[in-house]
Amino acid sequence: MTNTDVIVIGGGPAGLAAAIAAKKAGAEVLLIEREARLGGILKQCIHDGFGLVRFGEKLSGPEYAERFIQKFDEANIEALTLTFVTKIEKTPEGIRLTAVNRNGVVQLLSKALVLATGCRERTAKQIFIHGTRPSGIFTAGTAQHFINLLGQMPTKKCVILGSGDIGLIMARRITLEGGKVVGVYEAKSTPSGLTRNIYQCLYDYDIPLYLSKTVTRVFGDDRLAAVEVCSVDENMRPIEETFEIVECDSLILSVGLIPENELAENLGVELDPRTKGPVCDEHLMTSVDGVFSCGNALHVNDLVDYVSESGECAGKAAANFLRRERTEIELIIGKNVQYLIPQRLDLNAEDLKTVLYFRSREVLQKNSLILTVDGCDVYRKWFSVLRPPEMERVEFDFGPLGLTPQSQVYFRIEEVERT
Amino acid sequence: MKELVCIVCPNGCVMTVNSDGQSITVTGNKCPKGEQFAYAEETNPTRTICSTVKTAFPYAPVLPVRVSAEIPKNRIFDVMCEINKVVLRQPIACGDAVITNVLSLGVDIIATSNILKQSS
Repeated sequence: MTNTDVIVIGGGPAGLAAAIAAKKAGAEVLLIEREARLGGILKQCIHDGFGLVRFGEKLSGPEYAERFIQKFDEANIEALTLTFVTKIEKTPEGIRLTAVNRNGVVQLLSKALVLATGCRERTAKQIFIHGTRPSGIFTAGTAQHFINLLGQMPTKKCVILGSGDIGLIMARRITLEGGKVVGVYEAKSTPSGLTRNIYQCLYDYDIPLYLSKTVTRVFGDDRLAAVEVCSVDENMRPIEETFEIVECDSLILSVGLIPENELAENLGVELDPRTKGPVCDEHLMTSVDGVFSCGNALHVNDLVDYVSESGECAGKAAANFLRRERTEIELIIGKNVQYLIPQRLDLNAEDLKTVLYFRSREVLQKNSLILTVDGCDVYRKWFSVLRPPEMERVEFDFGPLGLTPQSQVYFRIEEVERT
Repeated sequence: MKELVCIVCPNGCVMTVNSDGQSITVTGNKCPKGEQFAYAEETNPTRTICSTVKTAFPYAPVLPVRVSAEIPKNRIFDVMCEINKVVLRQPIACGDAVITNVLSLGVDIIATSNILKQSS
């Protein structure tokens, strides 16, 4: 059996950053990747805009991945590719993994584990669309795989449902390759994707964006022939008199991403219903000692730069992991906060300098993030605008607060005068 | 007066552009790049494009490419036509030019992946 300090599951941006950071911190590291090549989803994200925060450059996805793969290779980290983890168990000796690859079944043992398993797209089965079962209904990521990795155009004329970033990016990509995007339909009253993507992917190419409109039915025998669209009211209920038929050969879904945590759940890792990722402390350790989470498995990010950052945090902490008692307190979130990471603080940690990631619940102008401890304001940060699709990041050192297990640590977003 | 969303970085500043035919003033931008972007939008809008070129290699039927610098917005589809004419028969590395000085725009089409080198 292979025995190592840190095993990282997933060779995308989070896993690569975690493995490099763990190795740098002195650990023996093994990375497991189910595909043949490292890089994760970045391999098919050929558009640019990656790495602006980290490198100050607009890189394409493969270029961003390449920079980390190069560091990974230079650090001489072992990677098992075409390897799929089927089982994880906690044993007295450490964390035991069972994986399958071309050599058969392999058993691995490690002191700490980093879950960098990314996220998965919501599919047609997870949203309620009525009608027949024709081909031509797929996720934006599948369309991206067809066009950018296989060089195959899956559509001539399509409707895109959902205004997530991948959907917007694919609207532009399909248009560039000569396909027609009839429109992007979003059931909510505000777009899900980044504002700049609405402009550079849709408006630049005269692709219409329909807000508060959704697809309710699909038609077609073998191949999709048309979809039924309609307006929805504020409770997302279809408005009868607005039904309309739109001819198309494909329906592309960009209706949300869900962190992939099947392995984590089998291990008994506690999940946060708000992020659908693990509940973590400031070192991104989950509720199971020695098991860490990062990247899109932790929560769905909009920028890869922060995926890498959380990978580095988890990787470094995994390398330094020592079995000890944790004294955890909850970071309670209140008004207008959709979610906050980390969800908990381990007061026994040497260093309480923490990177916090959060999203607002709705679009808010001129608001502040306010931290109170036992009812007293201790920190405020003003934001000219907060948008749910755009994650915010702040650094905060909880050390000087002298927190105790009884402390009530509470974050909220509120409209207050800028100070 | 016109509202413009800056696409240079994820901040996506909402800017107000005033153009009186002679001078352009920009407000709402958090950094100088916003002003440059607004100025370009008013005079000669440019964009980056990313695409793929066909290859002769079955393990990677297409290779991702992008323009080495921004091109005029109204030439996007002309450049796409040139990109779609290419079939790579030799492995090239990330950063290598696939087309030099495309349509005499002073910009190259460069590979953005090492897949052909890594797998060969």
